[in-house]
Amino acid sequence: MNIIPLFIGIPLGAAFVLVLLGKAKEVVSDVLINVVTLLLAIFSLVLIVFLKDNGVFVYTMGRWFPPKGINLVVDGLSLLMLVVINWIAFFVTLYSVSYMKRFTAKARFYSLFCLMIAGMNGVVLTGDFFNLFVFLEIASIASYALVAFGVEAEELEAAFKYMVMSSIASVLVLFSIGLLYGLTGSLNMADIGSIIQGKKNLLLSFSLVLFLAGFGLKAAIIPFHAWLPDAHPSAPAPISAMLSGVLIKALGIYTITRIFFNVYGMTIQLTWVFMILGIISMVGGGILALQQKDFKRLLAYSSISQIGYIMLGLGCGNYWGMLGALFHLFNHATFKALLFLNSGAVEYSTGTRKLEEMGGLSKVMPVTGATSTIGSLSISGIPPFNGFWSKLFIIIGLVQAGRFTLAILTVLVSVLTLAYYLKVQRFAFFGTLKKKWTEVKEVPSIMCVSMIILAVICIGAGIFFYPLMKVILEPAVVVLQEGTKYSSLILGG
Amino acid sequence: MIFFLSFVIFLIGLYCVVIKKNLLKIVMGIVIMEYAVNFFLVSLGYRKDGVAPIVTEGVKEAKFVDPLPQAMVLTAIVISIATLAFIVAMCIRIYQRYHTFDVTEIRKLKG
Amino acid sequence: MSPYRARKEGMTNIVKTISKFVVPPIILFGIYMVLHGHLTPGGGFPGGVIMASGFILLILSFGKEVTLKKLKVSTASILESTGALIFLCLAILGIPAGGWFFVNFLSKGYPLKIISAGIIPLANIGIGIKVMGGVFAVFFTLVVFRISAKR
Repeated sequence: MNIIPLFIGIPLGAAFVLVLLGKAKEVVSDVLINVVTLLLAIFSLVLIVFLKDNGVFVYTMGRWFPPKGINLVVDGLSLLMLVVINWIAFFVTLYSVSYMKRFTAKARFYSLFCLMIAGMNGVVLTGDFFNLFVFLEIASIASYALVAFGVEAEELEAAFKYMVMSSIASVLVLFSIGLLYGLTGSLNMADIGSIIQGKKNLLLSFSLVLFLAGFGLKAAIIPFHAWLPDAHPSAPAPISAMLSGVLIKALGIYTITRIFFNVYGMTIQLTWVFMILGIISMVGGGILALQQKDFKRLLAYSSISQIGYIMLGLGCGNYWGMLGALFHLFNHATFKALLFLNSGAVEYSTGTRKLEEMGGLSKVMPVTGATSTIGSLSISGIPPFNGFWSKLFIIIGLVQAGRFTLAILTVLVSVLTLAYYLKVQRFAFFGTLKKKWTEVKEVPSIMCVSMIILAVICIGAGIFFYPLMKVILEPAVVVLQEGTKYSSLILGG
Repeated sequence: MIFFLSFVIFLIGLYCVVIKKNLLKIVMGIVIMEYAVNFFLVSLGYRKDGVAPIVTEGVKEAKFVDPLPQAMVLTAIVISIATLAFIVAMCIRIYQRYHTFDVTEIRKLKG
Repeated sequence: MSPYRARKEGMTNIVKTISKFVVPPIILFGIYMVLHGHLTPGGGFPGGVIMASGFILLILSFGKEVTLKKLKVSTASILESTGALIFLCLAILGIPAGGWFFVNFLSKGYPLKIISAGIIPLANIGIGIKVMGGVFAVFFTLVVFRISAKR
């Protein structure tokens, strides 16, 4: 059981070792970071085997028991997030071995990347509020530096906007943690959950609203989304894949879920709030994505739309809705990472991101074209890819909850998603090959390997979704359904 | 009453971030907001007739103020130093590229 | 007259003379604060910042080149990573020695003596080295930016 703190310890150590090795050859840092991410990915699979019969494992750091000490909690939801974070990180580091060759300070890039992974693993594993805040800040600060990595004018402006808004979000979160400490006298999540059961206090509702604002800004839900369409296109392509696929989910959706379901307890009004935020994000992101002419900016708006799906599914309140939402979280990580890596491959070969300048690229870049088609069909919800199943489960959940208008809107937005992804495919990959792109070659084979493996996961999760559901997703839904019994599980066990 | 004061300082910082047009004044607004939250956290630990929570020779059974918010604020101050260092370095680099500190002129990304 | 006094860089003669006398006690006070972190208020973070502010005083009063002879930026960067690795090794050493991560495995000793409280003084030393290297490197990089942005 001692591998649980190693999820935070190994990337943290690797980050500082990579800075010391900065003067060595480039191959050393490439090999080191790929070994580290592969090790973390294998550990997350090992944890699935360990926890199949137990359910919840509480790791008390330093032998200080809760509520006095800080504990790390691994249950179904944390395990799902760990698997998603570490595997996507492994594929992205494979990709960035050859993509980042044109930037000079590659060792610094890998070191910041390791810090970001350490922060995200920490957010997902911890069971204590202030520890959550510290790891949230580690991951956020590392991502600010990564967004501004190639110091062009647009990247700096996007990074500044992202930094200001995200700092305000962190300050709101800290204010709310202070309010909770003042009301209850403890910082442990399980302890606070058991103390505030059934109490109705104005300050408690205020802290709930502050949490929703702060973490909602990290998750890019629609009133708080203004940083995302600038930050995600300007980052280098592997970082866009990590940000859009993993960071907004680990820092935003996971924390909202954990706090609202396990600490405060869901009521009918809260499910209405989730559903309204979800439907606004879904429709708004979809409509705004239709008129984009830049490949990566379109993908960024589509991320906002899909996060709306997840919030809508979480707000249903029944088994199928929550299962659909968590499955969509897993799926969206894979196909959005795949699409951003594709856009990076296109930019690597042709040097442009505007859709009108491209045309017919699938003749000269077959791997990129094929994987991009698979990714686009998955995200639009075409059977038998994985996007179809997750959207179907969300629609079933909505129908079971009695919200028929929202279900019809979901289907319409799904058709809208298909529309703008077909636009991308037509402009970028199919159609006539322009004269200046006839010399373009396919990207190096390491980048192709990452993209092919992600596409295989898309197809595989679509066909074999039943074993995937039983092993990884069902324990996560059980955690959400138990709700506030989480606190008695942690403190009693 | 002191909590209300810290909330007022927080709102002043928020006003600076929203209204001002100079990049560095926006950064100052963020610093003021972080100061307000740290102030709120430390004042949560106050106990009436309490002394500073330091154990020295021969002092037993004294009434201490709560030391846990002080540890939290120490960590939060260090985090805000790191954020401030990043934002200021970003402002300097932006000045190198755009030659202005005015937010209304730094608008290359649209749509 | 010493060669440093005659240069045009930095501040006036009065500032240079006084800071020559004041900087070693500042660094000594920072070291005192780091080592007594478990007895008096302070510890790793404030002690490291005070040590770095000694070097920052050197930059402000004497200029860039003189300070670079005392502490290069690459040395500060190496110090920073080494401090963090010391802290992380202490935490990971808790696993074989005590069974859990980050256990206080050295002997606790008598209270209020300087060698007591297990691994806490060693962790404070690691944090102090890291913070000194980090704050000095950040300040130095910002100063260098300012000079190149003026052109």
